[in-house]
Amino acid sequence: MANETEIKYLTPITVETQRKKYCRFKKSGIKYIDYKDADFLLKFVNEQGKILPRRITGTSNKYQKKVSQAVKRARHIALMPYVADLLK
Amino acid sequence: MVRQYETVFIMTPVLSDEQIKEAVKKYQSILTDNGAEIVYENNWGMRKLAYPIQKKSTGFYYLIEFKAEGELIAKLETAYKRDEKLLRFLTVSLDKHAIAYNEKKRSGGMRKQQEAANQVTVKAE
Repeated sequence: MANETEIKYLTPITVETQRKKYCRFKKSGIKYIDYKDADFLLKFVNEQGKILPRRITGTSNKYQKKVSQAVKRARHIALMPYVADLLK
Repeated sequence: MVRQYETVFIMTPVLSDEQIKEAVKKYQSILTDNGAEIVYENNWGMRKLAYPIQKKSTGFYYLIEFKAEGELIAKLETAYKRDEKLLRFLTVSLDKHAIAYNEKKRSGGMRKQQEAANQVTVKAE
């Protein structure tokens, strides 16, 4: 018991570091967003089925427009709900 | 100008298999009779709808991809609107990226995903 003042952590403390957001479409070279692929589009909506803003997903403006178009098409042909509770 | 289009329609689940085939044939002939070239067809079959339409919770999906003049779309959509057996329809024009994506999907570039998806649906049945 030499050093009682020294605090030791079992797991190292995680310091909140802001990771830079990036556009996943630009990074992986996706040019077309398919409205028929509802599972993929689920990544861009919250659990109520609302489209997530760009500031959260990090998508670039160019692809955000395509995402929103695809989600709206998917909603029209009933692959995704317009309103939902606990979608995820 | 000839462009490539993709159309999806949802039919009511109350129809018999023959009625569905007949309706599909009707739309195919509307397309081909007016000088369109059918590139690809896909029968998605019976699917659960994400929300009820006309108090129905399932629908029969059918997808046709075709090359045609723009004037044909209006004809096709008026035929859709007159049809009471249809719950919903969607026609979109495809840009070059969309055409490339669809071709890749068909040639099996994403076959693994599709197979996994098919297995899931088989289990669900």
